Amino acid sequence: MRHVIDKRVPATPVPVIRIRRLTKSYGHGDATVHALRGPDDPETGAPQGVSLDIEQGDFVAVMGSSGSGKSTLMNILGCLDVPTSGRYLLDGVDVGHLDEQQLSLVRNRKIGFVFQSFNLIPRTTALAQVELPLAYAGVRAAERRRRALAALSLVGLGERSGHKPNQLSGGQQQRVAVARALVTAPAMLLADEPTGNLDSRSTEEVLALIDGLNATGRTVVLITHEDEVARHAKRVLRLVDGQIVSDVRQAPVEGPPPALRDLGVPA
Amino acid sequence: MILWQTLRFAVGGLAANKVRSALTMLGVLIGVASVILLLAVGNGSSVAVKDSITSLGTNSLTVSSGSAAGGARAASSVKKLTVADAKALANDADPAAIKSVAPVVTTTGTALYGNISYSPGSIVGTYPAYFETSNQKVAKGEYFTNDDVLGSRKVAVLGATTAKQLFDAEDPVGKQIVLGGTPFTVVGVLQAKGGSGFTDPDDVVIAPLPTVQNAFTGFGTVNQILVQAASADSTTAAQSEITRVLLASHAIADPSKADFRITNQASLLTARESTTKTFTVLLGAVAAISLLVGGIGITNIMLVTVTERTREIGIRKALGAPRAVILGQFLTESTLLSVIGAGLGVAAGMVGSHFSIVGIKPVVIPESVLGAFGIAVAIGLFFGSYPANRAASLRPIDALRHE
Repeated sequence: MRHVIDKRVPATPVPVIRIRRLTKSYGHGDATVHALRGPDDPETGAPQGVSLDIEQGDFVAVMGSSGSGKSTLMNILGCLDVPTSGRYLLDGVDVGHLDEQQLSLVRNRKIGFVFQSFNLIPRTTALAQVELPLAYAGVRAAERRRRALAALSLVGLGERSGHKPNQLSGGQQQRVAVARALVTAPAMLLADEPTGNLDSRSTEEVLALIDGLNATGRTVVLITHEDEVARHAKRVLRLVDGQIVSDVRQAPVEGPPPALRDLGVPA
Repeated sequence: MILWQTLRFAVGGLAANKVRSALTMLGVLIGVASVILLLAVGNGSSVAVKDSITSLGTNSLTVSSGSAAGGARAASSVKKLTVADAKALANDADPAAIKSVAPVVTTTGTALYGNISYSPGSIVGTYPAYFETSNQKVAKGEYFTNDDVLGSRKVAVLGATTAKQLFDAEDPVGKQIVLGGTPFTVVGVLQAKGGSGFTDPDDVVIAPLPTVQNAFTGFGTVNQILVQAASADSTTAAQSEITRVLLASHAIADPSKADFRITNQASLLTARESTTKTFTVLLGAVAAISLLVGGIGITNIMLVTVTERTREIGIRKALGAPRAVILGQFLTESTLLSVIGAGLGVAAGMVGSHFSIVGIKPVVIPESVLGAFGIAVAIGLFFGSYPANRAASLRPIDALRHE
């Protein structure tokens, strides 16, 4: 049986994410707020923008207090928002040149979202939720169902495929969201404070899932403000006032994420 | 696949707000039902008018005295119509155009049977040809004959209403009634024609012309001469024949100074038809407005739905839903509202048209059913497209942030 998770690694590793001099500002004139600014130009004082590469298979935690620009970064990485200036290459494709139609394709094929507030569609069964991105991708019904069920059993919810969001606990809802994010085998999993609304037990369950996904080669970008959560990442970025102030590698890109390595899982 | 999925989501969306969806559908339902019903009422009244006019006989022409130009001429110079005129028509006119001629006198009086006294709408004295020309059929007994006319026999044929008033359940044929002091023997009862308007065509007593002249009006003029054209197509030919013969017998050279009027049922029919057409158009316009209001109701509710589900739209976009899918989903929802509403409206209109409304039996126009349904569905698409478009063009980040 084919597994839902794509284990292929490209021969020449192109960075999944490459951003160059990216800025995002809101408002005009004196009221301009730079959500992403990067270091200031030493001569003019103008923001130079954020530059960042994320390798295939990496597990990056983006940390920062609220207002630090981490959600803005996440929205731009997820092609939900467009930067004010700078370039963004996702899987080698310059996203800035894509129209609305192509962007929806990119979101569908390359990115899997996990949100803090789960963002499941109301009155829809777990199975239908997970099938949805496949439906938008034009996958046939039988294939869709098979892959959705496989994704649900991967997150341990195979038995609850017929449940609607209001019949599931918070942890279960987030696991449905994870299944939905990974079912299309995207290049990157984007998680915006995925454990922010969960109790400690559910937090562990969801993080273990994400660890497992990363261990099988999926690139993960996770936004959080909790050190506990950031400990699971291989690389930790800290944002303050729209700038990356620290970039710490906790584990090599190749190999399992730190949490699994500590458990003695072989590379 | 996507289509089925879209339909399922649309049904789910409508089912999530049952009362709201039902009320919106009710708007469309009322619109469609009123279009069908009001047009059916208009059509029904037009059919009723047509029927009542054809029941008078479409190939009959009525000649009455008086100038065609109205009261412009002095009354003294108007020569009244007489039995001689009728005879002239019967003898001189081209038989290819005119089939029969019946002079008519009309009067009123009181009829007595036993101790029952009743005043029929009119007492008509005429020739037997009158029955065929005015499309009167006998239900019981028989018509009086030419012999009865020649012999001035005191016989009468009763209209259905008069017969009912005087005799109730009794069989009138062979009974004696007293009309204006003269005893008449009832020889027949006419079939009911059914009335439209204020005068009841069944409230009548018909007797031989000389008998009525003798008892009531005297042997002078007649009120009308009823002429039957050879066929419905030859009414124009008949009309010119009548004009020719009467101008000659009245010794009038200039046709514009004719002292008689000819009316035919066909022209009456056209006049009445155009009236009912106006009536139908007016009713249709009122109904169309209510259909439009139903359509605006759809827009309104779809706008609410889009606002309410902005976040859901954001999620779908984040999952990669293309613009067309979002557009399709909301359009499907609004179209579903209008299709179900219109379907129920057609049903309601059909059921409603089985009841008679203010005395008019509605006659459903099949085109109006298809038209109303089609327009309602188009309205759903048209009025749903604005909210759907709004949903589809939302930026994903704005939609996701929506609370």
